[in-house]
Amino acid sequence: MNAIDLGQLLRLLWPEITILIAALVALSVDLAGLRHRSLRLRFLSASFIGSIGCAIAIDELLHVSTQGALLGNIFVATPLTHLVQIALLVITILTLLLAVDSDFTDHVGEFVLLVLLATTGMLFLVAAQDLLIIFVSLELLSLSAYILAGFDKLRPRSSEAALKYFLFGGMSAAFLLFGFSLLYGLANSTNLPQIAAAVQAQPLNPILILAIVTTVIGFGFKIAAAPFHFWAPDVYQGAPIPSAALIASGSKVASFFIFFQLMVLGFAGAEGVASLAHFRSGWVPVLVVVSVVSMVLGNLVAITQTSLRRLLAYSAVAHAGYMLLAYVAHSQQSLAALLYYVATYSLATLGILGILVATEKQLGNDSIAGMAGLSRRAPFLSACLFVFILSLAGIPPLSGFFAKFFLFLSLLTVNPGSKLLLWLIILAIGMSAVSLYYYLRVLKSAFVADPPAESTPIQSSLLLRLLVGVLAGGVIVLGCAPDVILNQILKVIQASGL
Amino acid sequence: MLAWTIYLSFLGALALFLLPSRSATLARLLALFVSIATFVLALLGFLQHRSGEMFTIVSVPWIRSLGINYSLKADGISLTLLLLTGVIGICGILFSWNIDVRVKEFFAFYLLLIGAVYGVFLSFDLFLLFVFYEIVVIPKYFLIAIWGSTRREYGAMKLVIYSFVGSAMVLVGLIAAYVLSGSKSLSLDYLAGYHFSPTVQMWAFPLVFTGFGILAGLWPFHTWAPTGHVAAPTAASMLLAGVVMKLGAYGCLRVAMTLFPLGLGPWGFHILGFGSWRDVFAVLAVIGIVYGALVALVQKDFKFVIGYSSISHMGFILLGLMTLNQIGLSGAVIQMVSHGILAGLLFGVVGRMVYSRTHTRDLAALGPMHLNKIIPFAAFTFVIAGMASMGLPGFSGFAAELMIGIGVWRSYPTLIFFVGIGLVAGVAYIWRAMQQAFFAGSPGPATPPEHPLPPITLPERLAAILLMVSSVIVGIFPQLFLHVIHPALNSPMFDGLRKGGW
Repeated sequence: MNAIDLGQLLRLLWPEITILIAALVALSVDLAGLRHRSLRLRFLSASFIGSIGCAIAIDELLHVSTQGALLGNIFVATPLTHLVQIALLVITILTLLLAVDSDFTDHVGEFVLLVLLATTGMLFLVAAQDLLIIFVSLELLSLSAYILAGFDKLRPRSSEAALKYFLFGGMSAAFLLFGFSLLYGLANSTNLPQIAAAVQAQPLNPILILAIVTTVIGFGFKIAAAPFHFWAPDVYQGAPIPSAALIASGSKVASFFIFFQLMVLGFAGAEGVASLAHFRSGWVPVLVVVSVVSMVLGNLVAITQTSLRRLLAYSAVAHAGYMLLAYVAHSQQSLAALLYYVATYSLATLGILGILVATEKQLGNDSIAGMAGLSRRAPFLSACLFVFILSLAGIPPLSGFFAKFFLFLSLLTVNPGSKLLLWLIILAIGMSAVSLYYYLRVLKSAFVADPPAESTPIQSSLLLRLLVGVLAGGVIVLGCAPDVILNQILKVIQASGL
Repeated sequence: MLAWTIYLSFLGALALFLLPSRSATLARLLALFVSIATFVLALLGFLQHRSGEMFTIVSVPWIRSLGINYSLKADGISLTLLLLTGVIGICGILFSWNIDVRVKEFFAFYLLLIGAVYGVFLSFDLFLLFVFYEIVVIPKYFLIAIWGSTRREYGAMKLVIYSFVGSAMVLVGLIAAYVLSGSKSLSLDYLAGYHFSPTVQMWAFPLVFTGFGILAGLWPFHTWAPTGHVAAPTAASMLLAGVVMKLGAYGCLRVAMTLFPLGLGPWGFHILGFGSWRDVFAVLAVIGIVYGALVALVQKDFKFVIGYSSISHMGFILLGLMTLNQIGLSGAVIQMVSHGILAGLLFGVVGRMVYSRTHTRDLAALGPMHLNKIIPFAAFTFVIAGMASMGLPGFSGFAAELMIGIGVWRSYPTLIFFVGIGLVAGVAYIWRAMQQAFFAGSPGPATPPEHPLPPITLPERLAAILLMVSSVIVGIFPQLFLHVIHPALNSPMFDGLRKGGW
């Protein structure tokens, strides 16, 4: 191993360090100065400090010119990782701002600290190229997320969510670690490219297959793919909204990205072929199965949900299924499609959760039926809900449609003749027709049903409306002008030479 | 300038949505103004381009990395259908003058729908066309679910699911076409000029044709149409039957048939007497004609009669497309216009003039009211519309169905017999509905409705007259439209089709 250049390390990890400093500042300001002030002021200041930290980190990432591997290839810094990190930081800022109106806890400083720690975990995760670092960053992210899910100590549901999340998470971490240990045994290294070299050098053996399966289980849990999704409905429903937002968006983006990296870089050569005629085992067939199960199960179970948050959770399972198709294609274009998809998906989910912040406070629950007549009680928020829901359903010209379109294109472009890919696309498109049914149920409640008799307009703070409006604008703009970000993604992927 | 038909409609929808005033009249007037303006634009475009050849309105790169352009073009076929959309758009607003619940939203969704329809007819990039095609689905749902009648939520959801499944099939074909043609462009001219391998065309053609066909009421995927029409408020039924179903037929002609012309060719073997997809769809279309007419003959609900008659008339369009000769294809386009106008008129009479006054559509209950005496204008309009719909000379239906008939005679002489049955049944169901609803004429004393019916209002009269005049114009001077449709059908875009079976 080369000597560690601490100066270079410091320069490359400066964004992460900034976040940590911001987290500590937010914590100490809250504990020292604002202990006895109003909750809103405390949330405002802590979120503000955290957001400033993230903004500075984004600025650093935009201007950093150093590239390359670090500490003997443990970390990489490429334009691609920078782009994903910037996306994660933006999502964190949005999550923090979403929390401003909350009143679920009076441990404001701790909450923001945990959010920022989770963000740090994500930033490390994205840059990691080494099994150990991947695992450690993943645990930093997960442990913060477990606590965040249970942060609302007064509601039993929140604790239940945290416990479920923790138990399932612990199990999946064990699987993941087991798989990693097998990989280390095979390759005698924890470094992804070296593992790939070792994997390529030998024929597919049972140990490698076991490693593949356990890795898929470990990450399947993080991305809420079926059948590893059991925690998702409870966490989406029980966790405080800002925590759920982080788990549903930022954590997803980071996990999807590193999962892709791990599969494509680490298991290069063990892809296998998933078509019936030329079946060869490898990780592609495994992911095809997980993807199909997720698409079918997520969409079908979502139909019967009565709570909007649980519906979002099952729709997240379905979307994980779509996104896993990008792994099946595993090309540069499909990575771009995946990133575009997960980014726009996160925007829409964040937006819906933001609307729930306002409605839950006054309606007391998140049932779909309870939103009856929302379009007359909160016209602006329901207009935004319209945009988010239709984007998730994949109606053009919103970004959700373009994400699906581009994903399917990238899939077929890899291998135009492949019958399997064509059938997968047909299944995915068919399933999104199913999804329109339950998405429209939400809109039906908000727009068609009449509001209950003595209903009053739903109040929401200016900040929240601004935030939701910006998210809706983002969903529309990214859909109407996908070139803005797509070119950028394609460019950095090529520059990073994945 | 034609592009402004789309933009104006969308801007109008946005303006209505943001309109602070609660005044219903203002919202109606604004919507009417916008729809008249778009119609005038369409008319000017039609008058300017009398040659019917394709011309470009806008073409700018949209998504460079995929070679997708924002490209709007028009030829004779699109211009004809634009005019239809303009007329129906105005009449729909006039017929919905009585909407008084959530007026602003109603007209906002209405204009959104109209704008998207204009968009489909003008798009010459397949991606753009698909975008507009999908936008159509959403306002339809809300128009029916919020302002509809009988089983409106069921009808709306069924319609949306059917449309969405149809567009899913189109999307699969679209992606396949893009990838197989080398992922360069989704422009219709480019794709129409690309020679896809016969095997691909053999599966892509039925897929895309059926996908669009679902919206065009292709039997046996038509069941959304009667329930949807019946559940919808008058203006939405008019739009649905008048222009939205035409989108399906337009897509069949413009996309499915031009992209995959070889899919129409013979399979090389026969199953059950079918030798090609062309035979299959021609027979399905004929079944639609006869089935729709016969089912319309036994309906008790007045609106269901019209709903099923739409299936029958849409069958003519699809059959006209399958004739693959110039007279049959032009007949199909004329029939699109003709049925658009007549369906609008019939739904206007049934939904607005009769139902919103009597609050019943049961033919048995309508008869004793002696509607021909109470609202003679409605009876008059229905007689005219019914005559046109039966295909009496001088009205649009005659010109269109005659042309399609000649086309069928040339391509499928055996089917003409069944077409004849459909025509006769068409006379019968119109006659029966007319007689039972308006001229039941029982000798006993009339049972007047519980409360006196309000007289026919001015907006209703204007809309009905506008539609009747349009039908007569098309019926007497079909040449006006054929003059622009023929050059369009002879353009390079339809080369593949002409070389194929035509």
